[in-house]
Amino acid sequence: MLGDKDRIFTNLYGLEDWRLPGARARGDWDGTRALLDKGRDGIIREIKDSGLRGRGGAGFPAGLKWSFMPRESDGRPAYLVVNADEGEPGTCKDRDILRHDPHKLVEGCLVAGFAMGACAAYIYTRGEFHREIRHLQAAIDEAYEAGLIGRNACASGYDFDVHVHRGAGAYICGEEMALIESLEGKKGQPRLKPPFPAAVGVWGCPTTVNNVETIAVAPEILRRGSSWFAGLGRPNNTGTKIFCISGHVNEPCNVEEEMGIPMRELIEKHAGGVRGGWDNLLAVIPGGASVPVIPRSVCDTVLMDFDSLKDVKSGLGTAAVIVMDKSTDIVRAIARLSRFYMHESCGQCTPCREGTGWMSRVMDRLVEGRAEIAEIDLLEEVTYQVEGHTICALGDAAAWPVQGLIRHFRPELERRVVENTLSDDGAPAAA
Amino acid sequence: MSDTRAGFEFTRALRTEADKIVARYPEGRRASAVLPVLDIVQRRNGGWVTTEMVDAVAGYLDMAPIRVYEVATFYTMINLEPVGETVVEVCTTTPCWLRGCDGIVRACEEALGIGLGDTGADGKFTLREVECLGACVNAPVVRINDDYYEDLDPDRARAVLAAVSRGASPPPGPQTSRAASAPASGPTTLRASAGSS
Repeated sequence: MLGDKDRIFTNLYGLEDWRLPGARARGDWDGTRALLDKGRDGIIREIKDSGLRGRGGAGFPAGLKWSFMPRESDGRPAYLVVNADEGEPGTCKDRDILRHDPHKLVEGCLVAGFAMGACAAYIYTRGEFHREIRHLQAAIDEAYEAGLIGRNACASGYDFDVHVHRGAGAYICGEEMALIESLEGKKGQPRLKPPFPAAVGVWGCPTTVNNVETIAVAPEILRRGSSWFAGLGRPNNTGTKIFCISGHVNEPCNVEEEMGIPMRELIEKHAGGVRGGWDNLLAVIPGGASVPVIPRSVCDTVLMDFDSLKDVKSGLGTAAVIVMDKSTDIVRAIARLSRFYMHESCGQCTPCREGTGWMSRVMDRLVEGRAEIAEIDLLEEVTYQVEGHTICALGDAAAWPVQGLIRHFRPELERRVVENTLSDDGAPAAA
Repeated sequence: MSDTRAGFEFTRALRTEADKIVARYPEGRRASAVLPVLDIVQRRNGGWVTTEMVDAVAGYLDMAPIRVYEVATFYTMINLEPVGETVVEVCTTTPCWLRGCDGIVRACEEALGIGLGDTGADGKFTLREVECLGACVNAPVVRINDDYYEDLDPDRARAVLAAVSRGASPPPGPQTSRAASAPASGPTTLRASAGSS
C-alpha cells in the first residue's frame, strides 16, 4: 500500500485548511520559481520521464501532449484549458481537488501553462459544482494577491492568468473538442480532428486540454523528480491515482493509491470490502460508466492500471470503480447507463443520436426479457456500428457497457427472454 | 447593437456583474461569456429565462439571437420555463441507483406532493430527475438549488426537505457524520495529517 509520504493530495478529504496558508503548509507553491527555471524543455522532459498519463480517461502521455504545442508563436496566443467538467458516472475525484486542494490545480496551471507557452489557463468546471467553483475562485484570487500568478508570476518574469469558466449541465462538454466549442460560447458539439487543438483550439489558437488531476499532480512531480513518480506503479502505468469506489461496498470513498494496486486490495483496504464479503461480488465497472463491466472472476486478480484493465477488455478510464454485489439487477444497471448516454448524446452524428436511443430502448426491454434471443446478437451488432463511427468517443462510450454486458452476462439476458416467453404462454414476446 | 429589448433590459448592477465575466475572455470573444451570463440573468429571475432575456443577452454579447437560443436549449441548467423557488434534483444514474435512489425519489415525491418533472401549484418546489451529479462515493445524492445533500436514505431526505420547507438551510454535504469523500468509519490514509494543522 502506498505510504502517506508518497501521497500528493494530502487534503483529499478537506480535513485541513484549503486556502493559501494551509496549501503552503502542505508544500504547495514551494519554490515554484525554481520549477519554472527548469525551462519549457526541462519541464516537459521531466513530465515525459515521469510517465504521467492523462487522468481524464484516455491515458495519453501528458508530457508528449504538451510537446505538441508550437515552439514559436506565429502571433497567436496559446492556451491551457483544464477539463473540470467531471460527469462520467462513478467519477467524483476532481470535485475533491477543486474544493479541498485548489492551489495544487492553480500552481499546476502555471507550470504546465509555462511549459507549453500558454498565456492563460481556463478551467472549465461543471456548473453544478457551485461550492467547488467558489473555493477554486477564492484560491485563484489568493494566488493573484500573493503574486503567484498574473503579471510576473512568482517573480519569474512570466505573465500568466487563470480563469474559471462555468459550464451549464452537458456531459458532452467533458469531450475536449465539445469543451472548446462550449468555451467559445456555442453548443457543446465536438469538432472533427484534425486540426488538433495544439494547432487550432479555442478561439483558433494553439490549445492543450488536460484533466484537473493531470495538471494538479505536475508541480509535485517536478519538485520530487520524475524518478520518484516513475518509481511508483508499474512501467507505462506509473505514479499515484485517485480512485473513486462507489456502489455496493461497505464504505464508499475516494482514495489516492498507487497505480497497479490489485482491485481486491483497493476495495478491501479502503472501501471496507464488498457488501456481504468478496464472495458476494457480482461484477465491477472499473473505470467509470463508459468502460465495459468485468465479472467477479476477473476482479479476483486484475490490477488497477491502464494496461492490466485493457488486457481484460475493459479500461482504467477515470479510475471510478463501481461495485455491484449479487443482489444487483445487472441488466438494469447497464440499461440505466444506456439511458444516460441517450440523454447526453449531442445529436450531431447519426450513429450516436439514433444508436443511443435504439440501444436504450432495446436494453429497457431486455431488463424484463421482452425480446427475442436473436435481438441480443442484433444489439451487439448495432454497438459495433455505433463504435468508431462518430466524431467523438461518446458513441464508443455508449457501446462499450452494452458489449461488456453481452460478453459476460449473456446467459442472464437469455434467461430473462426465455422466462418472459414462457410466462407469455409461448406467445412471441411483444416488440 | 442595443442591449435593450421589449420587456427586459440589463440593469446597471447586472451589467456590472456581466462585464466582470466578459473581462475574463480575450478581446472580441464576448460570446464565450454566454453561459455564465445566462446563469446570472437566470438567478436574478427566479431561476429561469424568458425569450426577452435571451434576446437581451444576445444583444449584450453581440451575438445573433439564434446562437443564444441554441445554447439556451442545449444546456440542461438553463431553464426556459418557470421553476419553483426551490429546485430539487435527484440523481438516478447507476451509482446512485445502486445505493437506493429509487427510495429517495419516492420520499421526495411524497414529501413534496409532486412527481418527477413537476412544479407544485404553490410554486415552492420543482422536483426533477437528473443524470450523474458527480458525487458518486456519497450516493445517493440530491441537489437542492446550489447545494449537494449526500449519503441520503429516505428518512434523511425527508428531514432535509422538511427543513428546507420550513425555510431553513440545512448544512449540505454528507447527511451522516462522515467527512466528505472519506470512508464512513474514518480515513484509511492521511491519518497522520488529519487534524494536525
